[in-house]
Amino acid sequence: MATLEAAKETRGAAVLGMGMVRTALLGVTAVMVAVTLYLGLLWAPPDAIMGDVQRIFYFHVPIAWVGFLAFGIVFVASIAYLVKGTDGWDHLAYSAAEIGVLFATLILVTGSIWGKPVWGVWWQWTPQLTTSLILWFIYLAYLLLRIYGPAGGQGARYAAVLGIIGFIDVPIVYFSSILWREWLHPGKVVGPAGGSVEPSMMVVLMVSLVTSTVLFSYLLLERYTLRKATATVERMWQLHG
Amino acid sequence: MSAFWRPMLAVLWKDLMLEARSREVVAPMLLFALLVVVVFTFAVDPRPALVAAVAPGALWVSFTFAGILGLTRTFALEKEKGGMEGLMLTPVGRDVLYTGKLLGSFLFMLLAEAVMLPVFAALFNFPLLVPGFWVLLVLATLGFAAVGVIFSAMAVNTRAREIMLPVLFFPIAVPVIIAAVQATGSVVRGEGWSEYSRWIALTSVFDVVFLAVAATTFGFVLEE
Amino acid sequence: MDTKSATLHQDNTSASPALEVRGLVKSYGAHLALKGIDLVLPWGQALAMFGPNGSGKTTLIKVLATLARPTEGQVRIAGLDQRRHAALARRLIGVVGHNTFLYDDLTARENLRFYARMFGVTKPDERIAGLGEALGLALHLDRRVRTLSHGLQKRVGIARALLHDPSLLLLDEPETGLDPEAAALLESLLRRHLERGGSLVFTTHSVERGLAIASRVAVLREGRIAYTEERASLDVQAFQELYQRFTRVGP
Repeated sequence: MATLEAAKETRGAAVLGMGMVRTALLGVTAVMVAVTLYLGLLWAPPDAIMGDVQRIFYFHVPIAWVGFLAFGIVFVASIAYLVKGTDGWDHLAYSAAEIGVLFATLILVTGSIWGKPVWGVWWQWTPQLTTSLILWFIYLAYLLLRIYGPAGGQGARYAAVLGIIGFIDVPIVYFSSILWREWLHPGKVVGPAGGSVEPSMMVVLMVSLVTSTVLFSYLLLERYTLRKATATVERMWQLHG
Repeated sequence: MSAFWRPMLAVLWKDLMLEARSREVVAPMLLFALLVVVVFTFAVDPRPALVAAVAPGALWVSFTFAGILGLTRTFALEKEKGGMEGLMLTPVGRDVLYTGKLLGSFLFMLLAEAVMLPVFAALFNFPLLVPGFWVLLVLATLGFAAVGVIFSAMAVNTRAREIMLPVLFFPIAVPVIIAAVQATGSVVRGEGWSEYSRWIALTSVFDVVFLAVAATTFGFVLEE
Repeated sequence: MDTKSATLHQDNTSASPALEVRGLVKSYGAHLALKGIDLVLPWGQALAMFGPNGSGKTTLIKVLATLARPTEGQVRIAGLDQRRHAALARRLIGVVGHNTFLYDDLTARENLRFYARMFGVTKPDERIAGLGEALGLALHLDRRVRTLSHGLQKRVGIARALLHDPSLLLLDEPETGLDPEAAALLESLLRRHLERGGSLVFTTHSVERGLAIASRVAVLREGRIAYTEERASLDVQAFQELYQRFTRVGP
């Protein structure tokens, strides 16, 4: 019994510690988002050709980066879960996938918003947008599988297998859409990223990339902590309730 | 070596035997593929001038949808009397079970496609005697089966299983669908081997990668 | 691999018990089916598992049979970790479940041949003929399973479980669907299995049948072993009352 109490205390301390980390991270994230918004929307010079429209670049690119980062984490955590079988990896994969779907949606939205004034249409089957769209479908299926799949370990293993297959599929989808575009339209489709980039623009992009990564880390930590706490409470309830 | 082949062939033989007796997979697949082609013809303008543009899409839409139907049936049959659990109880590698089930599904799909092709050739004036196209057909079908079998084994245990299989399958199979349709377009336009060899290469990469991944992860999917 | 399993099979006096379960927990998401099971079953013994519906009997059999993964805890079969030596463990186990694991459109013989090949049974045809004889199936082996009555299907399922001469039998309510004659056949088969040094775990609702061959009884309740006792030192009258109290619905 004594060890149980001790375990509870250390766990309690760990939870408190995590709480402080989360609060600190939230503060940092808020400041960085504000700075990035200022830099991207006001401080950076307007683009010589595209004008203010180009400013979405500071958000579209970091969002895309976070999307891929999230699915990369799903991939790694899925492998770790299948190998180790510990629930923590499963919680991490699920949490990263949820945030990844959110960001994949934003990739498509910001891509379209950017594309409209540049191309004159909302949608072009560029390799980037095509891949993002397929990615979005794959991880939406992942979330559906989580909901409709069997409860407990089997459902988690299903999701892990899809998390692995889905991520490996991404480069193959990308490559096939490049081949496909070449076939339909000889010559490269010139994307919005085609123009030259000023140094100050690069600075803003870098800051924005760091901010989005911090924001992602914060969201992931929150989601992961919540999921873990839910699992602990459920377990207590099952055992003693 | 025989520890792999003997049980793998036993699973395959069992599936072929069951299909020969019950005819629950290939016949419905064929009928469905035919229906899709007919509906597709109504949905698009079947003027001769447009056939080259429409034919590859019609062919692969009908093959993939029929394939999905076949894949659903394969594991639905196993589930009925606990056949899947019976397989799981055997002291055989899970990759062996995967390969056996995969070959069965693959052969059923190929069979349905082989019957469909002449019909298709008649309807769309499609040139059949192109060996490069056969290579692609086999590779693309193998790719569908490679991911289809593992997703089918998952979908059979989900709620809304009829929805789950296509939702899982189609996004992952996109590269194969693109490759198959593009290469078939080349065949219809009478272009040479060099035009579709890259699609064959792409499909081969897909097949090798996902056969390996699915065979390794199949065991994780089976147990409760 | 084969020689190892053969020695394990014969060397029943070895230090490792037939079955050893430690801290077994199985959860299905929010539902905890098994809440910590500990069991040791020596060779040559039969464990009868009683318990109301939903007490976790079937889940326990599934986990022991490698059909379900333990969430926590360990299962050892003849000293082998069931997860790390899954193929070896499966060779030692024979399972009779609620399902027969048979294919309707194959004949009984084809079904048995298929499983014999999967288990690598040597001389499968003799084995199938012998089991068909023992289970009173000789006349029905070449009929499709679909055309057999439930009782006969169940018998074929038992033959399937015994094909590879397993050392540890796991039976989930084996008597359901069997006529009295078949039940008596099964009982004698199980007795012979025990006499040869094999072990078995079975679940049942019938106290009378359970006590007939059990060496030890256990009552499962809400995923835990609520009661366990050696058959020899069991007060049958008291156990009947206890079991009825456990299975009674409501407070």
